[in-house]
Amino acid sequence: MALALIIVLPFLGICFSQLMRSTRSYCALGTALTPIMALGLLLAERKTVFSGQVRIVNWPWLSDLGLDLSLRLDGLSFLFALLILGIGLLVILYARYYLSESDPPGRFFGYFLAFMSSMLGVVLSENLLLMLMFWELTSLSSFLLIGFWNHRRDARRGARMALAVTGGGGLALLAGILLIGHIVGSFELTQVLAAGDTIRAHALYPLALILVLLGVFTKSAQFPFHFWLPRAMAAPTPVSAFLHSATMVKAGVFLLARLYPALSGTDWWFFLVGLTGMATLLLGAVMALLQHDLKGVLAYSTISHLGLITLLFGLDSDFSQVAAIFHIINHATFKASLFMAAGIIDHETGTRDIRQLHGMWRYMPHSAALAIVASLSMAGVPLLNGFLSKEMFFAETLGQHLFGSFGGIIPVLATLAGAFSVAYSLRFIHDVFFNGKPVDLPIYPPHEPPRYMRIPVEVLVLICLLVGIVPGLTVAPLLNAAGAASLNGPIPPYSLSIWHGFNTPLLMSFIALTGGGLIYFLRNSLFRWHESLPQLNSLEIFEHVQRALAALARKANKLLDNGSLQRYLVLVLLSALTLVAVALLPLDSLTGSVALTQLDGITILGFVIMALASMATVVFQRHRLVALMPLSAVGLMVSLAFLRYSAPDLALTQLSVEVVTIILLILSIFFLPIRTPIESTRFRRGRDLLVALACGVMMSLLAYAVMTRPYDSIATFFLENSVSGGGGTNVVNVILVDFRGFDTLGEICVLAIAGVGIYGLLHALRLPFPKRDYGGRTWSIDSHPMILDDLARQMLPMALLISVFIFMRGHNLPGGGFIAGLITSIALILQYISHGVIWTQERQPLSYHGMAGWGICIAGLTGLSSLAFGHTYLTSAFRHFHLPLIGEFELATAMLFDLGVYLAVVGATMLILSNMGHVGQDECKEVA
Amino acid sequence: MEAVFAITLGIMAASGVYLLLRARIFPVVMGLTLLSYAVNLFIFAMGRLGTGVPAVIGKSTEYGDPLPQALVLTAIVIGFAMTAFVLVLALRGLGELRTDHVDGQERRK
Repeated sequence: MALALIIVLPFLGICFSQLMRSTRSYCALGTALTPIMALGLLLAERKTVFSGQVRIVNWPWLSDLGLDLSLRLDGLSFLFALLILGIGLLVILYARYYLSESDPPGRFFGYFLAFMSSMLGVVLSENLLLMLMFWELTSLSSFLLIGFWNHRRDARRGARMALAVTGGGGLALLAGILLIGHIVGSFELTQVLAAGDTIRAHALYPLALILVLLGVFTKSAQFPFHFWLPRAMAAPTPVSAFLHSATMVKAGVFLLARLYPALSGTDWWFFLVGLTGMATLLLGAVMALLQHDLKGVLAYSTISHLGLITLLFGLDSDFSQVAAIFHIINHATFKASLFMAAGIIDHETGTRDIRQLHGMWRYMPHSAALAIVASLSMAGVPLLNGFLSKEMFFAETLGQHLFGSFGGIIPVLATLAGAFSVAYSLRFIHDVFFNGKPVDLPIYPPHEPPRYMRIPVEVLVLICLLVGIVPGLTVAPLLNAAGAASLNGPIPPYSLSIWHGFNTPLLMSFIALTGGGLIYFLRNSLFRWHESLPQLNSLEIFEHVQRALAALARKANKLLDNGSLQRYLVLVLLSALTLVAVALLPLDSLTGSVALTQLDGITILGFVIMALASMATVVFQRHRLVALMPLSAVGLMVSLAFLRYSAPDLALTQLSVEVVTIILLILSIFFLPIRTPIESTRFRRGRDLLVALACGVMMSLLAYAVMTRPYDSIATFFLENSVSGGGGTNVVNVILVDFRGFDTLGEICVLAIAGVGIYGLLHALRLPFPKRDYGGRTWSIDSHPMILDDLARQMLPMALLISVFIFMRGHNLPGGGFIAGLITSIALILQYISHGVIWTQERQPLSYHGMAGWGICIAGLTGLSSLAFGHTYLTSAFRHFHLPLIGEFELATAMLFDLGVYLAVVGATMLILSNMGHVGQDECKEVA
Repeated sequence: MEAVFAITLGIMAASGVYLLLRARIFPVVMGLTLLSYAVNLFIFAMGRLGTGVPAVIGKSTEYGDPLPQALVLTAIVIGFAMTAFVLVLALRGLGELRTDHVDGQERRK
């Protein structure tokens, strides 16, 4: 629980920082509250950690996916959590004085705590997927922090770049972690760390390693992904001090330390990690010297030191591993204090340009002394912590043996990088604090910052000194615990003492110090050389690439999505054709084993009419009214085909639907243009014809191939149980109201929804309609045309009678609720057609909404009633009633369900048709 | 007979698809109607073509497959509802956008 609290507390602290945001002091106080508590909780665990124990807590979450809320506290996570909380608290104090009146403190500290929480989550996670989620959260919250001054363009661009690079790396890391999980079979660190040999032996190891390293290198700003870090310097300096010294960029190297037992120990590891570290170390050191921006120097120096740490991990000995962790601690302390010192100078002078800043010693001796000590630590001067880890580093470069006969080059390059590191540290000291007088300072004369703004720097510099002078008393237990946790085993014997006698590492340090002095002395020629080089602006290149990618994506998108529905349809149809063709390819012969049925003349004639009428519809499609005639002929022939092939129910349904569909289409023609213009090109029509023919051929072949093959039907079940189980002899109807009753309920719901939807669409729709027909004749205004009127009145009772008849017989003979409903609708709609909407509406005050709703209710309640008798929904009611009262009563429940179907069909159909009928008729009310 | 049936089905489907690819909503609806006729017949034919074998118990000695029939029956009714919905959507579109082009705007020249 304490572990979870350490992560959650800073997050909850966001509330305090928001509640107390009235002034900067209160806000900082509210912000500091919860991290202090979390720090207390963490320190309470120190005994367990220093004794080498690992605390793991686990709450199951999505265990099937391997994602549990499991946390881990061991030496390594303790060390990092300590850095995050400790330096975080110092930065909060510092930020209180750094932020100006115009900066909203609530927003700043809110983002800050969100970042702190996510970072704690990264280091305290036991589950790798959980860690990745926190990892992404750090990317997001650092984006907000870097872009805190969102009115500044460079801040926005820098933040975007940082997010793109680290977020992209996060994706690679996700893939890598998934691969590791796939290899190990678990995402829990305990299992993963124990399975190092399995992972390294697996064929996917190189891929997993590369993906994980992509995440690490982007986060820790390793070459060639280092370019985002200098751009992120647009952030407020407290953010840089926190994110870019101790936390965010250390997440990458943290992961190297964490996964070291699982992934290291191969040539892949050595070459990828070691060489990247080496390149970054050198590049960062050289570039740092060439910067004129104070924070730029620190940014490239951070890159260089991260390279050093990465190189140490890459050297792949247990001892270098300990040295790497030691340097992580040292770098965090001296770099955070340097960032803060740079912020103080910026704050007090208004500039960060080293060419303007000279002689600061005179104005702020106290701050200058602190910054000088921290810089000397960065340079690796004895009696400071930077010296200790640098000595270990030099010793390790000598000890490596993986490079074979080229082994000698690594210590040489390391010494060179060391010299450059000395040179830029000297520049930070000499150029800024001495070297003449300041030039055109925006704020003159500068003076010391507020007392409390210096305290965080003082604390950190004190740590640098203590660690540098008495390492055994200060950092040793922490380092032992962290090293052992990272190695997942005992750590090798090593010595933290300052003096190891005259040896090669000491000589290398000496060369680096004197060489660094020499390089600094010659710096002006270096600057001239650098200025003569073609300048690469990483931001512009990055944004250019981004724009090019976006343009490419737009083009690719345009290819598929050009806003033309016709094109989409062609693509969909072609894809469907391809899929069917691929599926049919293995077919040996088109004709199957079942004998064909006899040809008979009348049926062939029917089919010929059907085919001709279909084609006629296409031919006459531009004359919309004319085209409707062959279309309705096709519909009628289809219903005859159903009748011919023993499906009387279908024939009846098709016939009645045909009538309402044609009425619907005629109604719409009233508003739509009567003719279709020719607008497709000849090519397009040819293409469409080809696609259409291909679809037709495919359908013919498919139908033929299926029909000539034997098949195994489940029909026997329905046929055998229809009378005994469903109580009806018309099996189709029994399937609809009993066996598949639930489907039917769904279908009448769809029908009712369509009706209501249409009502909504037509609501308040006023369409202009033509006063004359296509022949130029005015429309008849006679609302009671005599012949139609008389016919309709006489038809109504007869049609209703027929629909009752069809409904009643439906369970045993062709008929049923669907068909009866459609017949009733046709009878009613005929009244609308012959008498007009208003007249009819006055005489049949039926609510079609209500009718559809009641239909669904009745059908649904019929099903529910079976529950009351202890049977399952819808199906078993028949069986229950069947036993005591044979015949009649058993039919009744089926009929009740069918009545629901009937009402829903009538209600929905009438909603659709009657509302279509009065669009544009301002004077009449909508049919409810 | 199966071959004649299949060929007719193909012609209906081809006519339907061709109309479906037109640019104005009305031919598209007609195409949709034709295509649904074809598809309904196709699904129906999955129960094979039987003469004089309605699925009514006691009316004949053999019975056709009632399941595809039940499926097609509801498909016909739902098909009507969907046709109606598309048409009304088109009418609404005509009211709002002043065009019956399927893209909701006249083709840009």
